Amino acid sequence: MRNYEMVFIVRPDVNDDDVQKLITQMEGVVASAGGKVDKVEKMGRRRLAYRVSKQREGFYVLFYIQGTGDTVKEFERRLKVTDAVIKHMTVNTDEILQRAAKFRLLRAKQEAKRRRSKPAPPAGQAPAAPAEIAQA
Amino acid sequence: MPAPREGAPAGERPARREGPGGGRKQYFRRRKVCKFCTEKIDVIDYKDVRLVSEFVAERGKILPRRLTGTCSTHQRALSEAIKRARNIALLPFAAGT
Repeated sequence: MRNYEMVFIVRPDVNDDDVQKLITQMEGVVASAGGKVDKVEKMGRRRLAYRVSKQREGFYVLFYIQGTGDTVKEFERRLKVTDAVIKHMTVNTDEILQRAAKFRLLRAKQEAKRRRSKPAPPAGQAPAAPAEIAQA
Repeated sequence: MPAPREGAPAGERPARREGPGGGRKQYFRRRKVCKFCTEKIDVIDYKDVRLVSEFVAERGKILPRRLTGTCSTHQRALSEAIKRARNIALLPFAAGT
């Protein structure tokens, strides 16, 4: 099982009910192809950076799924068949998630080290430290 | 008398060296630092158009590191993100006419 992000763009002239119908339909596709939907996000109507199928706007839908290659294959096949979908993209997020986890771990270690080596930071650095923690 | 005379040129000398005589740049350019390192952005998300488009030129080209100050690790991740965003029509391949 791998993690994937599937983005697709629906034609702007499709109404919201039909978009919702399409989303539930695609959820069913994922389930029947042995995958799992983690999250579905409607990014909403956006202006396209360039024309796609003579459209200047599109409705972006984002699926976060877990599944195998076959899941992705079936998902993409269904998107290609659906006329309302003008563009789609699949991103394997395994590496991205791994990298994020690694950075988070590294940062936590560094923070811990800094706190241990400097239990009482000088007055000038004191206001900077809480801000850093708040950001992280 | 010799004391003030020596004092004045001594103060001027470093300035003159950095001027046209020395051939060096007269102004200080602010040292650019990687935005992703300073703001601790681990993952550059292609869906975050506001962030990613800061690193794209007017015509849609990816800005070089020497202009933005991005570190090499993040520049690589950034270029990946920009290319993904282009693929899904969030950013243009070539903007304008």
